[in-house]
Amino acid sequence: MNFDDTPEEAAFRAEAHAFLTQHLEPRKANAIRSRGPRKLTLEKAKAWQKVKADNQFAQITWPKEIGGRGGTSMQQVIWNQAEAKFDAPTGPFAIGLGMCVPTVIAFGSDAHKARFVQPALHGEEIWCQLFSEPSAGSDVAGLKMKAVKDGDDWVINGQKVWTTGAQFSDYGIVLTRTDPSVPKHKGLTMFIVDMKAPGVEVRPIHQASGGREFNEVYFTDVRIPDSDRLGDPGMGWKVALVTLMNERLAVGGSPGPDWQEIMDYARDAGTLSNAAFREKLADWYVAAQGYKLTKFRTQTALSRGETPGPENSIGKIITANHLQDICNSAVEMQDHYGLIVDKDKAPADAIFQESLMWAPGLRIAGGTDEILKNIIAERVLGLPQDVRVDKDKPFSEL
Amino acid sequence: MNFDFSDDQKFLREEARKFLSAKCTTAEVRAVLDDEAMSHNEDVWKQIVEMGWLGTAIAEEHGGLGLGMLELCVIAEELGRALAPVPFASTVYFFAEALKLAGSDAQNSAILPKVADGSVIGCIAASEGPGAVEAGKLTTEFKDGKLSGTKIPVTDGDVATHAVVLAKDGAGSSLVLVALDQAGVTHSSIETIEPTRSHAEIVFDGAEAERLGAQGDGDSLYAETMNRAAVLLAFEQTGGASVCLDMATEYAKERHAFGRPIGGNQAIKHKLAEMYVKNEVARSNAYYGAWALSTDAAELPEAAAAARIAASEAFWFASKENIQTHGGMGFTWEVDCHLYYRRAKLLAVQAGAPAIWKEKLVRALETRNAA
Repeated sequence: MNFDDTPEEAAFRAEAHAFLTQHLEPRKANAIRSRGPRKLTLEKAKAWQKVKADNQFAQITWPKEIGGRGGTSMQQVIWNQAEAKFDAPTGPFAIGLGMCVPTVIAFGSDAHKARFVQPALHGEEIWCQLFSEPSAGSDVAGLKMKAVKDGDDWVINGQKVWTTGAQFSDYGIVLTRTDPSVPKHKGLTMFIVDMKAPGVEVRPIHQASGGREFNEVYFTDVRIPDSDRLGDPGMGWKVALVTLMNERLAVGGSPGPDWQEIMDYARDAGTLSNAAFREKLADWYVAAQGYKLTKFRTQTALSRGETPGPENSIGKIITANHLQDICNSAVEMQDHYGLIVDKDKAPADAIFQESLMWAPGLRIAGGTDEILKNIIAERVLGLPQDVRVDKDKPFSEL
Repeated sequence: MNFDFSDDQKFLREEARKFLSAKCTTAEVRAVLDDEAMSHNEDVWKQIVEMGWLGTAIAEEHGGLGLGMLELCVIAEELGRALAPVPFASTVYFFAEALKLAGSDAQNSAILPKVADGSVIGCIAASEGPGAVEAGKLTTEFKDGKLSGTKIPVTDGDVATHAVVLAKDGAGSSLVLVALDQAGVTHSSIETIEPTRSHAEIVFDGAEAERLGAQGDGDSLYAETMNRAAVLLAFEQTGGASVCLDMATEYAKERHAFGRPIGGNQAIKHKLAEMYVKNEVARSNAYYGAWALSTDAAELPEAAAAARIAASEAFWFASKENIQTHGGMGFTWEVDCHLYYRRAKLLAVQAGAPAIWKEKLVRALETRNAA
């Protein structure tokens, strides 16, 4: 038992580090971790993506023939860890390269692959994923967006929501309903959509946190050629499952202030001796370690070339609730003054206040606490599925 | 990154599981539960002795197998799964570890081979009354080679041949080693909520004893022993908690109410998912404790504390919600749920309750931050 790289892993880490050192500034040691989505400069991000792609660091596990490195999942983890130590403008390509483009590779034509893969890899084109709708969140197969065949085209009408990056995306993959006369999972079809096409309108969502990082996307008589269909009509759900399976390995750090930040704050504020606080601090440390060390177990499986077990599924349930709890305690510790979110006046640059307001979203995005618990219960423990009264009924009769 | 046990260690775990699931079922546990005169299951104990498990982490020069703490951890997990009704933890995690930590060459050469071959059963005696053990409040005293005072409760105190005792010694405290089969020692059995492990009140009245380690080091040696025992207990707790999750899951799949399995209801599904999350957090923290223990890492104090806190919480939650998932059946003597509930509480308090460890953990973090 040890935390060391194998010789091959150490060599790759050194190579990655050397490459990063050539191109980027190291992240400041004491920089407070960013809360919520980072503000990024698109041009810088695109330029960095191109540098990575030109040097086969963009998609480590992709085959060399399509511009990847032909590397292992463990190498991708090592790259992510190495890159996180630098001030790298990452972000807008994760969904495209992690989810959308792999779906295009799996289900698209040769022409699609020739047209889309390299521009995405080199940061020239950004992709978004258009699945969720106002009335179809956790139950995304219940979506309503209509696609009707008209000659060689399909005509799309409806609304998507919570679309990350839609405002700067060039293309998207969109899940639509093409046959309402069959049960909900069987009447879906996936398409590639040009986000600049007439009839596509992106509107930012004013979130409860006050920010506007996500979008609604309205489709009004948007025409998509049949040649941009991914998979057969009615096969959309299977295609969507492939998209979701391709979600990137969750290897990011904590999404906000953790036990160390609140401990530092409590020391400065003179409340570290409070017995009730100390007991909570211990619990936070144990949870944070539990999350971090469970990732180490996952990485061990990857390092051995194994598929990680289900232990990986606990991550977001722990981190989202953990973050909310820590921020709540920090704000309450500040008493009335804890309301202040002005960075110049609030302690610790208002990171606790900002993350408190961001935390509810984190508990919902990418699978709610409740859905994640269902996934653990059903797929890990093998408990029965929830009652699905609509499963076998035609969608039009629901 | 190699944050896992080796293939050899996993093989040892498999072998231990095979043995225990054949020879130490809950029927063997219940034999001790239902018979007040039985302090432990002698058949199971004899076979464990024969397999050499007691000497897993004892050096070959002292008659042990000379394996290591990681090997002992995987055995501990299996003993925890089986609720093994034997004085293994007392003898190995507490008594032998205290000797290895504080004993002189002469003491270790005299005693450890007898631990390894089963002729010595050890225990640790620290508690004297309600509340956490504090060196400054001890009344049991070591003076001029004699030990006097009362320890209660002492887990396995009525079956043990030897004890390590935390005692007042001059202005401070010391660990002392004492044989229990002598005129100055009397013990009587104590009823506890966990009868599958026996407990005693031991009265020392001028008993012959000798220091383990230096005079005045009792407090720190006791704390170091607890750090080591905490990691091993965390593996027992993790093992017990996984059995509770398995039991609750199986029952939830089979038990029908309102025309379908109760495990189809989110109230049950989510409870069991939470149990799974707590168990994984406990397992990961226990692994880190194992790493710290096996490498004598400077991080052992916080690693042991985190392992103990996570494992105590996981086993408590799993054992109580396992009963709840079983409904009325779970509250019967015949169904095994209560065995785990009892063991969960023993393991959570016998090396100091979680609240004590939370304070220890925060102190360790303060020390680390100050460095």
